Amino acid sequence: MSRRVLVTGLGTFWGGRVAQALESDPNVDVIVGLDTTEPTVELERTEYVRVDANYSILSRIVKATAVDTIIHTFLVVDPTQMSSREMHEVNVIGTMNLFAAASAAGSTVRNVVVKSATLVYGCSPQDPTWFKEDTPPSHSPRGLTERSLHQVEDYVRDFAEDNPHVNVSLLRFANVIGQEIVTPLTRALQLPLVPSIAGYDPRFQFVHEDDVIRSILFVLQNNLAGTYNVAGDGLLPWSEVAHICGKRTYPMPPFVAPSMLWPMQVLGLVDLPREYLTLLRYGRGADNERLKRAGFRYRYTSAQAVRAFVEATRLRGVVGDHRPTYRYERDVEQFFRHSPAVVRD
Amino acid sequence: MPSRSPSTRRVETVRKRPPTKRPAAQRPISASRELVHLPELPAGQPEEDIRFSDVDEWGRSERMRQVARTVYDPIYRHWFRAEWEGLEKIPAKGGALLVANHAGAIPSDAPVIMHGIETELGRPVYGLADYFFRKAPVIGTLWSRLGGVPAHPDNAERLLADQGQLVLVFPEGTKGPSKNYRDRYQLRRFGRGGFVEIAMRAGVPVIPIAVVGAEESMPIVARLPNAAKALGIPYLPVTANMLALGPLGIGAYFPAKFKLRVLDPVRFDVQPGRDRYSRSRVMDESEAIRERIQSALYDMLRARRSVWFG
Repeated sequence: MSRRVLVTGLGTFWGGRVAQALESDPNVDVIVGLDTTEPTVELERTEYVRVDANYSILSRIVKATAVDTIIHTFLVVDPTQMSSREMHEVNVIGTMNLFAAASAAGSTVRNVVVKSATLVYGCSPQDPTWFKEDTPPSHSPRGLTERSLHQVEDYVRDFAEDNPHVNVSLLRFANVIGQEIVTPLTRALQLPLVPSIAGYDPRFQFVHEDDVIRSILFVLQNNLAGTYNVAGDGLLPWSEVAHICGKRTYPMPPFVAPSMLWPMQVLGLVDLPREYLTLLRYGRGADNERLKRAGFRYRYTSAQAVRAFVEATRLRGVVGDHRPTYRYERDVEQFFRHSPAVVRD
Repeated sequence: MPSRSPSTRRVETVRKRPPTKRPAAQRPISASRELVHLPELPAGQPEEDIRFSDVDEWGRSERMRQVARTVYDPIYRHWFRAEWEGLEKIPAKGGALLVANHAGAIPSDAPVIMHGIETELGRPVYGLADYFFRKAPVIGTLWSRLGGVPAHPDNAERLLADQGQLVLVFPEGTKGPSKNYRDRYQLRRFGRGGFVEIAMRAGVPVIPIAVVGAEESMPIVARLPNAAKALGIPYLPVTANMLALGPLGIGAYFPAKFKLRVLDPVRFDVQPGRDRYSRSRVMDESEAIRERIQSALYDMLRARRSVWFG
């Protein structure tokens, strides 16, 4: 069966990586990528469509391209990337329009993969050590990212219920780390002293960026439906994460930590969102059994993922960013893809 | 017990489509065949080489536990002079939920039970405790390194059913250790019977343990509820130890003689793994276990000649 795939957030790290991976699959006929910004990675046959942040023209695109698979990677989980209003627009309104388009009359969509985060479980001292996919959060959602992800997951559930003929898989990723990705945690781990909260040493769970891509493709290939946690094996104390990175921690007194962090944030020295302060107290773990039982094999444990990140950081420290830089040139891409002058096999 | 709301499960009910017939060459790629060519794991980096500490997934550190055992053993042997009865009723392997009475301003029974079983039987015990412990800086981290686990049904189920461990729980919660000395050895309500439900779901027996001695090791003479509320802690006691020893009394126990009696295991003849069990059955079982511990306590107190020498 050949697939026609729509990838949201093509210009982001995840969208670009997923599209690259799909290009090497001969079963994938068409890849259409949507984003507000141009792709940042080199793509051979993915068609890039520029849209506004909340995909208002999406139903036309879905209809015109007759895609059967949607990979929704464009969910922002890093609150430092954009303002709360923009994030709501991208996450909630974007997802709403996406599912509106996918469930329109005569829609050809049969598979949907949504990239969510274990952030939806929240973080509190009442939490279990591992969240299972059906463990209810210990409290009502706090914080912007968490709330918007909750609303997104509500849309996913409604869509899955209203469209029983569509395979809907919802993947919840733990803290992602790896060679390239930049998150508030990777930035914190690159500071001369890693911020921590005195008296607390929570356990963190990581998943390697390659395992993220592999798991998205895995659920697609196996037509898995349902909710799955994607998280590396093992939980590491935060002090040990810093130790693996060759850093010392800078313990902030627990009750004044937010006020101590604030001036450093203003000066741009530390870019750690508020939500991470709770995470630095209690950590979070997700049970990855369900996806393993479905047959997925992780390449990296939590510790190995952190090690991969450190080694990449060391290499970058010596040779700089060694990857070739890529700039999307619309005319050049159009020429290579559509000009009759280009010889294609 | 958190209610499993129907909305969180809805997405799971989505049915898989029946596989469509197609030529072999075009079948979806199976899990074994890699679709994406991602770099292989760098060779020679097993997990152990990366780790710097021995903190496991539950947050325990065997090294710290060893230190704590060495420090605590003389207290267990010479201060509390703990004496066990019926230890053979605790299984040598497989999960079991240990349930005991709880007492003393800073409960001295939890470490006695945990250390006792660990040294006498050589089996680790996972003590479930209120999330309050996790909230407190330093104490929370230490507690977790030494073998404490936050009391959550998911954690208990994983330990009992999946890992076959011994789990210790005090169903009275903070109501036990916060009671006044005049109420000693009067068991409080056993929560809402959640411990019975957990044992039923995990398919393990409940083993009740009656403990005598903890009440007298740190008796509460008064409580300061307003100050406790202001500090955000469950209770703030004034103990006889503080009155007798001053500031030292905050942490120092009286050398009360500890006697522990393991009662016959209770097995529930129900199908494990269900989301919910009959409320009336759960409450009946919980009440029956409470009464057995209570009557064992009365029995032990009848035989006790001295608080200090047993």
